[in-house]
Amino acid sequence: MIDYGKILNKTVTEIKPSGIRKFFDIAATMDDVISLSVGEPDFQTPWAIRKAGIESLQKGKTKYTSNWGLVKLREEISNYMERKLNLKYCPDEEVLVTVGGSEAIDACIRAVVADGDEVIIPQPSYVCYEPMTRLAGGVPVIINVKAENNFKVTAKELEATITDKTKLLILPYPCNPTGAIMEKQDLEAIYEVIKDKNILILSDEIYSELTFGGKAHISPACIDGMKERTVIVNGFSKAFSMTGWRMGWACGPKEIVSQITKIHQYAIMCAPTTSQYAAIEALKNCDEDVQYMMKQYDMRRRIMVKGFNDIGLKCNEPKGAFYAFPSIKSTGMTSEEFCEKLLYAKNVAVVPGTAFGDSGEGFIRASYCYSVEHINEAIKRIGEFLKEI
Amino acid sequence: MKYEILKLLANNAKYTASEIATMLGADEKEVSNTIKELEKDDYIRGYKAVIDWDKLDGAYVSAVVELNVVPKAGLGFEEVAEKVMAYKEVEAVYLMSGNYDLNVIVKGKSLQDVARFVARELATIDSVSATATHFVMRRYKEMDVNLISAEDDDRGQLWV
Repeated sequence: MIDYGKILNKTVTEIKPSGIRKFFDIAATMDDVISLSVGEPDFQTPWAIRKAGIESLQKGKTKYTSNWGLVKLREEISNYMERKLNLKYCPDEEVLVTVGGSEAIDACIRAVVADGDEVIIPQPSYVCYEPMTRLAGGVPVIINVKAENNFKVTAKELEATITDKTKLLILPYPCNPTGAIMEKQDLEAIYEVIKDKNILILSDEIYSELTFGGKAHISPACIDGMKERTVIVNGFSKAFSMTGWRMGWACGPKEIVSQITKIHQYAIMCAPTTSQYAAIEALKNCDEDVQYMMKQYDMRRRIMVKGFNDIGLKCNEPKGAFYAFPSIKSTGMTSEEFCEKLLYAKNVAVVPGTAFGDSGEGFIRASYCYSVEHINEAIKRIGEFLKEI
Repeated sequence: MKYEILKLLANNAKYTASEIATMLGADEKEVSNTIKELEKDDYIRGYKAVIDWDKLDGAYVSAVVELNVVPKAGLGFEEVAEKVMAYKEVEAVYLMSGNYDLNVIVKGKSLQDVARFVARELATIDSVSATATHFVMRRYKEMDVNLISAEDDDRGQLWV
């Protein structure tokens, strides 16, 4: 009989399942669950984008594209980066079209990290960086960012974490789940720490379109001297409400992007052709749709933050992404306990902060990718729950 | 801000001044005063529920009636429009460009009811030269609201 334990890669079997999974599993068995747990836009992909996909299918454009992605799409990505961040990336050598931002993150980590290399990961943050680092043979080194620093990575924390083995620093801003952003002076301070070191930054900017309060997103690559040591990952899922199209990209120095492309070429070949044609339309003609969705998120964000504070869960203003990250420390419960009890008592699903790292303890993540009515109802129920415990 | 408030109320008339103030990052008092002003100045003409009448069997039928009108010197279409809108059976009246002049939305208890109303009342108004009645067979969308139930979400679980 085959012994799967001996067949399977230990690095894989030792990866813990995502902490969000448990709650989805429970919620799936219950009726009338009102969820604030999904980090996915509730808007339809703008029609012009869907139409561009349909038209490409009608014309029979269903074959492979260049490994790098369609030239036209890479040009549009290059234009977009210049328009948004005033950064120039050569479409021929410095832009790679990937299957969602996720693939770009994975391939970038694999291109850089080898056995024993250290990758610095600020947490709480999105769940993929740690397992992907391990799969590449790397060692995740966690910085537990603090609420009192608005969940930003500080130069001091970074300095204390860097060793001779540090290869890569992940900067996941605007941040899922904390809603934190990094501002110019924060990034300049980071630069001061790493400027004389051989460390690359992987900047996950999937929420770059979603910043609030009039402050436009700024990339670490925008800081003088940082572009040559930064790979930017972005995608279409969040800004253009295109999660199912699986479209992302990586921009960076050609020496790095060409190596990432090798991995992409062998693992993926090329991003889905239909999605690439749709994505061209997204970058060319959909600024207004993005603005509209952005405005809706902003209104929902305000409703949610006020709602949490009104019922007694302290919630700082998220400056980016589409999550609120209120503290539940006043209840004396752990995050997991809170979420499980809330789910059973009031059929409301939120995600424990600990799903995003140990430093998420004492917090919950609530997404505001939902209608105002939905958010109000969920917060009303959470308020009732707080009174009953 | 007026425009922003109107857009929100057009979307959901039940939003409170406090909710609107939060959403717009504005002062609640100011929002509630603006709403009062908008009501007083007739920008806001009323608040009504969006109802799916098709759910109630035989609640009512409605029809779009196209009226051709011979306009009167000095009065244009106004005189006829005012006569038409005075009927309780009439839900909406629009002056149209194109092949006919007035578009009238009529509702009644039954087909016969509406037909009788058109024949006896609308068609007999002086200067109405012709009518064409189109009955509504099914309402799919009313006041921006989708009335047909969405397709089941068959995507399955995503663990992220």
